Amino acid sequence: MNQSEQQRQRAYQRAAQAMQPRRPLFRNTVVAFLVGGLICVVGQLFLWLLRSRGLPPKEAVALTSGIMIFWGALLTGLGAYDNLGRIAGMGAALPITGFANSMTSPAMEYKREGYVLGVGARLFTVAGPVIVYGLVSASAVVLIRWLFLAR
Amino acid sequence: MPKWLGQQTVTFYQPPVVLSTASVVGPKEGEGPLGQYFDVVKGDRLLGQKSWELAEKMLCEEACDSAIKKAGLQPSDVDFFLAGDLLNQIITANFSAETLGVPFLGLFGACSTLAEGLALGAMLIDGGFASKVLVGCSSHHDTAERQYRYPTELGVQRPPTAQWTVTGAGAVLLGTSGPGPRITHATIGKVISMGIKDPSDLGSAMAPAAAETIWQHLQDAGRTPDYYDAIVTGDLGAVGHPLCRKLLSDRGVTMPESFNDCGLMIYDRAKQRVDAGGSGCGCSAVVFTGYLVARLIARQLTRLLLVPTGALFSPTSWQQGQAIPAVAHAVALEIPS
Repeated sequence: MNQSEQQRQRAYQRAAQAMQPRRPLFRNTVVAFLVGGLICVVGQLFLWLLRSRGLPPKEAVALTSGIMIFWGALLTGLGAYDNLGRIAGMGAALPITGFANSMTSPAMEYKREGYVLGVGARLFTVAGPVIVYGLVSASAVVLIRWLFLAR
Repeated sequence: MPKWLGQQTVTFYQPPVVLSTASVVGPKEGEGPLGQYFDVVKGDRLLGQKSWELAEKMLCEEACDSAIKKAGLQPSDVDFFLAGDLLNQIITANFSAETLGVPFLGLFGACSTLAEGLALGAMLIDGGFASKVLVGCSSHHDTAERQYRYPTELGVQRPPTAQWTVTGAGAVLLGTSGPGPRITHATIGKVISMGIKDPSDLGSAMAPAAAETIWQHLQDAGRTPDYYDAIVTGDLGAVGHPLCRKLLSDRGVTMPESFNDCGLMIYDRAKQRVDAGGSGCGCSAVVFTGYLVARLIARQLTRLLLVPTGALFSPTSWQQGQAIPAVAHAVALEIPS
């Protein structure tokens, strides 16, 4: 590509950029905060309920996660969670219900290609990168801790 | 006599005629401002099928069947079937062709496929190679979502530049004579890339191709935009359409108010949550077969330039960092008064 062609493309990209509608960042942030917060409040209510029934803290936390995953998966199956995600963005994606959505939606979508080549092979299409880099960064943090802090 | 005009345009001496058209759409398209113009509006997007792909095939087959029946013909009367869609290996078109049993040529021009089909169909007919050609195009919101983006039930926030793939199929039956609109010219576009890499902003990627083809068509045919009652692009949407207008105005071509876009016409953007508008092969296909042809037949329009645009990328190409090239073809239609 010669230089004038590059300049022409850059000029066009700037013009296109100027035409782009702005993301409603303020609205998105507020809605993400409210919806994400609401999901966490629901989780907290379950946790209190389980604790009040005498479940030890560790078990109560684990069971709360299980309950929230169930709700995320159920709402995905009912076709509601994608609407919640569209409206609330990260507020719906970040809580554990969002993780449930990221696992359930590929399972539903790729079931049509069968349980091995579909569900089995593609279940982690969305959650895969999160898990991979979650593990990588956790390992890095542990390494740093082991090298500099633990002694 | 040569049928070649200028750089990229062909002209037809016995302009092929649109014998019949049919459009079948999903529920969202039926709720849009053009809902009343479509032949069939489906109540849901899965159509009782096992997969989105089978549902899209049903849309395509129904549109093709309906167009043939409307002309009072049988599939065996059709010489060639030209069709395409957005899916890998154009499976909707291939599988519909199997059902239809008509000699078939598969097309891929992404969302510009309708114009590619109309141009080639008209060439086959005016060239004397066929007397009846069926052109079919389809897209489906969910087949496109899962192929190009994410599983359909994943909760994702769409950027405001994103467009909504139309669930719908359109079919056009072309013949040699009749009272319908005729195809007078076709301008075949070049593939153009301006370095846009964002797959959720296809309007910006396609606008230069549309502007280039419209400009070239006007040059080749020796016309100004005023010659046409309407110039309609395929699916540039709310971002690409004003960009296309600006690119043309930079080259000294002022587009009239009537310059419109199928992607902006098919949905009510304020109410239907489609962000920048409609897209997909089905977008220009159903707006043309449902609405624009009806307006031509009612003589509310007498000269139409249809310019569907296609973004020629795949998930692999954009993930590997390649820019998104685009193409646009123009088809000129007139209805004899």
